[in-house]
Amino acid sequence: MKFLCLACDEVMTFAERQLPGDGTLTAVFTCSSCGRDMALLTNPMETQLVTSLGVEIGGRTVPEQPFQQTRTSLESPREDALAPPGTDDAPGPVVWSGEASERLEAVPRFVRGMVKRIYGEYARERGIEVITPGVMDQARSDLGLESM
Amino acid sequence: METRPDLEARVAKPSASSRKIRGYAEVTHETESGVLEQVVAQRGRLERRLASVGAVIAIASGKGGVGKSAITANLAVALADRGARVGAVDADLNGPSLGRMLGLLGARPLDGPDGLVPPTGSRGVVGISTELLLEQDAALRWRGPDGDRFVWQGVTEAGVLREFLGDVVWGELDYLLVDIPPGTDKIGRFLDLVPDPAQVILVTIPSRVAVSVVARSASLLEDAGVDEVGLVVNMAGYTPAGADEPVPLFHGDGAGAVSESIGLELWARIPFDPELGARTDEGDPPGARAAAAGEALRGLAERVERGPGGRERAR
Repeated sequence: MKFLCLACDEVMTFAERQLPGDGTLTAVFTCSSCGRDMALLTNPMETQLVTSLGVEIGGRTVPEQPFQQTRTSLESPREDALAPPGTDDAPGPVVWSGEASERLEAVPRFVRGMVKRIYGEYARERGIEVITPGVMDQARSDLGLESM
Repeated sequence: METRPDLEARVAKPSASSRKIRGYAEVTHETESGVLEQVVAQRGRLERRLASVGAVIAIASGKGGVGKSAITANLAVALADRGARVGAVDADLNGPSLGRMLGLLGARPLDGPDGLVPPTGSRGVVGISTELLLEQDAALRWRGPDGDRFVWQGVTEAGVLREFLGDVVWGELDYLLVDIPPGTDKIGRFLDLVPDPAQVILVTIPSRVAVSVVARSASLLEDAGVDEVGLVVNMAGYTPAGADEPVPLFHGDGAGAVSESIGLELWARIPFDPELGARTDEGDPPGARAAAAGEALRGLAERVERGPGGRERAR
């Protein structure tokens, strides 16, 4: 998909993605020449088509995780289907506060390992030693993890 | 009536349909949506993962109920018994059975940072199947808006199959067997992901209906340029206890005639073997050790080993 500003004959650049939570998607593209914005709005089925490709409009905010599409697409997976990652999965000094751990426990087990990895990498990259609920909220906002 | 000035003004100002707009190929800029780049990255990840696999071998048919999964399980074990490192993918996402047949039921893949580490089943064969991820007897359903699921479900399943192939930590394998579900379209879906499998085994039974479907699959593979395609005729006769000669189970042609009619080399003619069926259902496929079908399975494993990507070909 490419977006062309017809007035300027310039490629419009991706600016922002919003997921209102009702299955729809909004992606904003801007013309770097005239500054005009346009929004791509998709209905739930169109959003699902994009999701089914295992891609995110505008590019990924975090690298695609192994089995991400399977984990997020299966409607009723066996919760204990996957053996939890070993200790070598969480290198570095990052620790989880009690409250953050409780919040992580609320994540379905089928996707918990993946979610834990994403937050752990976020903290390590920023030199954060303790993951708290506040760090999790910030990561969700920074990384665009509206669905996690 | 349109006046001359009106006409000139209209002609001078191009309509939306006639003005020149640069087309997709003319806009030589990366796609700002990032969709194409992500799809390319997914392909790259799949290729890197399969680079450590000696040969990807698809077991397909086009027809259901011909014993593809049982043959996959028993071929996997027969190859493993010959010392090969074997993995297996159950590409039948909706009707999985390979996990059970390989003795993987109840085992859990390890949720590792580089992918799922597959559990080990019969004779060291590692494998992945939706059977390992779903509650027992639960139907496979995908998250998504209700209605018109057909629009996106196929795309989702292709993505999940890509992860089954590319997001599993296979390690160094000699063979990765892929059990393709019924439907010639499913063979096409697999070829979209793995365009150049080292070998494809088409399984049929001697029934004329099955043979006609398998012939279509053979045609599809030929059109796709897959060079190494072999035919396995399953349930090719049954020798009752105390009898000397096998009796046919179907009113079709013999395996040789079937092979000739489809135009494929006959790699194995596997007789009906109740013991093999029972043990495979229990997750203990006998492979080449099967009483009635063992010799045929041994021959099939040897043919695979001699084929492209096979260990004997590499020596």
